[in-house]
Amino acid sequence: MADRQYELVYILPPDTTEQQVTELHEQLGQVVTRMHGHIEKNENWGRRRLAYEIGHHKEGVYVLDVINGSGELMKELDRRLKVMDLVIRHMVVRVDEEKSVVDRTRTKRQSSSERRRVKRGLPPQRQPGEGRSPGDSDDDGDDRFDGVEV
Amino acid sequence: MAFGQGRSGGGGRGKKSDKDKKAGDKKDGQRRPMFRRRKVCKFCADKIDDINYKDVKLLGPFVPERGKVLPRRISGTCALHQRKLQVAIKRARQIALLPYVTE
Repeated sequence: MADRQYELVYILPPDTTEQQVTELHEQLGQVVTRMHGHIEKNENWGRRRLAYEIGHHKEGVYVLDVINGSGELMKELDRRLKVMDLVIRHMVVRVDEEKSVVDRTRTKRQSSSERRRVKRGLPPQRQPGEGRSPGDSDDDGDDRFDGVEV
Repeated sequence: MAFGQGRSGGGGRGKKSDKDKKAGDKKDGQRRPMFRRRKVCKFCADKIDDINYKDVKLLGPFVPERGKVLPRRISGTCALHQRKLQVAIKRARQIALLPYVTE
């Protein structure tokens, strides 16, 4: 069976040192390789404000891992992260299915627009300076909505 | 509900409810005609395919101060995208990128 792709986000306390972060990452990497998966991407978002307090912390260090592997692997990782005191919050999300859907709609949109353009006797790709640039629109650009009353 | 007009929440089409009057209805003479911008789905208009939970900037306008998800009748988001948006917001809440509630 083909590997699934997951995203793992975890939050560490704000006073975590760089070394601790890399240590934890290695620890997780060992588990991943042992269970025949591999870490595709590792991103450290750095310190961010939390939207709400978690265990008296107001800030946290966010780390994102994109992992290819089996469901069992993620179960094991989830279990381990749960018992780790260093990690104040974590979340695992499966992404491969959504990603393929997004890719499909994107290519579909592109190919259909190219087809339409060719039909009108234009080159398939949009030329620079043609049409409206994404920046300007007739909207006044406010992101708020009319009559917000919740 | 048709055309995004009127904000009646249930209650049917009460004949006497003033709020639901159409824009051009000049029964009382002096009433200012109601003008409302036509709402369009932001995600359809901007061709955003991927509503991702990590993109707080994108989700932010759909979570007003209180922390609730902005209803479709106000934002004008289409059903498909509202559904995706809702999932993304819930995920973002789990990892404290967005609040569950704010007082």
